[in-house]
Amino acid sequence: MNIFVNGESHDVSQNFTAEDLVIKLELQNAKIAMEVNLEIIPRSQYSNHTFQEGDKIEIVRAIGGG
Amino acid sequence: MSTTDTFTIAGKTYSSRLLVGSGKYKDLEETVKATDASGSEIMTVAIRRTNIGQNPDEASLTDVLPPSKITYLPNTAMCYTAEDAIRTCRLARELLDGHNLVKLEVLGDEKTLYPDVDQTYVALETLVKEGFEVMVYTNDDPIAAKRLEEMGAVAVMPLAAPIGSGLGIRNPYNIRTIIQNANVPILVDAGVGTASDAAIAMELGCDGVLMNTAIAGAKDPVLMASAMKKAIEAGREAFLAGRIPKKQYASASSPIDGTFF
Repeated sequence: MNIFVNGESHDVSQNFTAEDLVIKLELQNAKIAMEVNLEIIPRSQYSNHTFQEGDKIEIVRAIGGG
Repeated sequence: MSTTDTFTIAGKTYSSRLLVGSGKYKDLEETVKATDASGSEIMTVAIRRTNIGQNPDEASLTDVLPPSKITYLPNTAMCYTAEDAIRTCRLARELLDGHNLVKLEVLGDEKTLYPDVDQTYVALETLVKEGFEVMVYTNDDPIAAKRLEEMGAVAVMPLAAPIGSGLGIRNPYNIRTIIQNANVPILVDAGVGTASDAAIAMELGCDGVLMNTAIAGAKDPVLMASAMKKAIEAGREAFLAGRIPKKQYASASSPIDGTFF
């Protein structure tokens, strides 16, 4: 199925979880936050949050800014 | 300066009245050096998409200046709607393990980066309900500043001049009026260009000044950070000391009595 991560299309398997995505993107050690279809997914829920076809996911971090 | 001259935002006490941004530096090393030289205890950060292609071993801001070392103030920079600003704050809170302190800015126009005060009210109302402690960027408008305070802002931060303009305090009488009316800390945010601008803000009675470009955009950001630290302290001491009134004519400093000529 297809999901959108930070605006880019990704083809992933059924039952692909938020945790799977973090591993795929090698962000395990990064300080991030995730939003799926405008809803925050708490870090504690990554392993049991399964994506649906067409989900729009944003993964963000803190960077320099004024 | 007396170590007891502190100020409090959302229940936490700070001794440095200089708040800094972490954008526009040439690299992280310069960010760390300038931030250290500024003596700041609060640093704004932006919330942005992770760089998908990034090397996972590469250092990030959160590694080199961790929240354990300096209070993070996530901002909503480049948000033009209340909705985007609220989303950004929610993501920041999740990212920073429940940290509630945020800087709200909702912009109205790309050319001036002036605040959209209507959207700022809308966002603030929701954020306060959701338990955020919100420092709010706004116009140098005393009515708007008071309303933001009454809505629950923990600090109100009027601009000195447009963001990144370096024009200094364009409307000192409004800033003073805002300070005189306020029951929450008032910080000048945006528009400071050099050390004297920061000193003027503090002499007006501001609780602090937030700046980014004035330091990061200087030829020597680390030296400018040090200059700003001193200017903030000097301006604060001058405010507490109480300046002499301005007069049109001279007033001799040496005694008139006892002259022998």
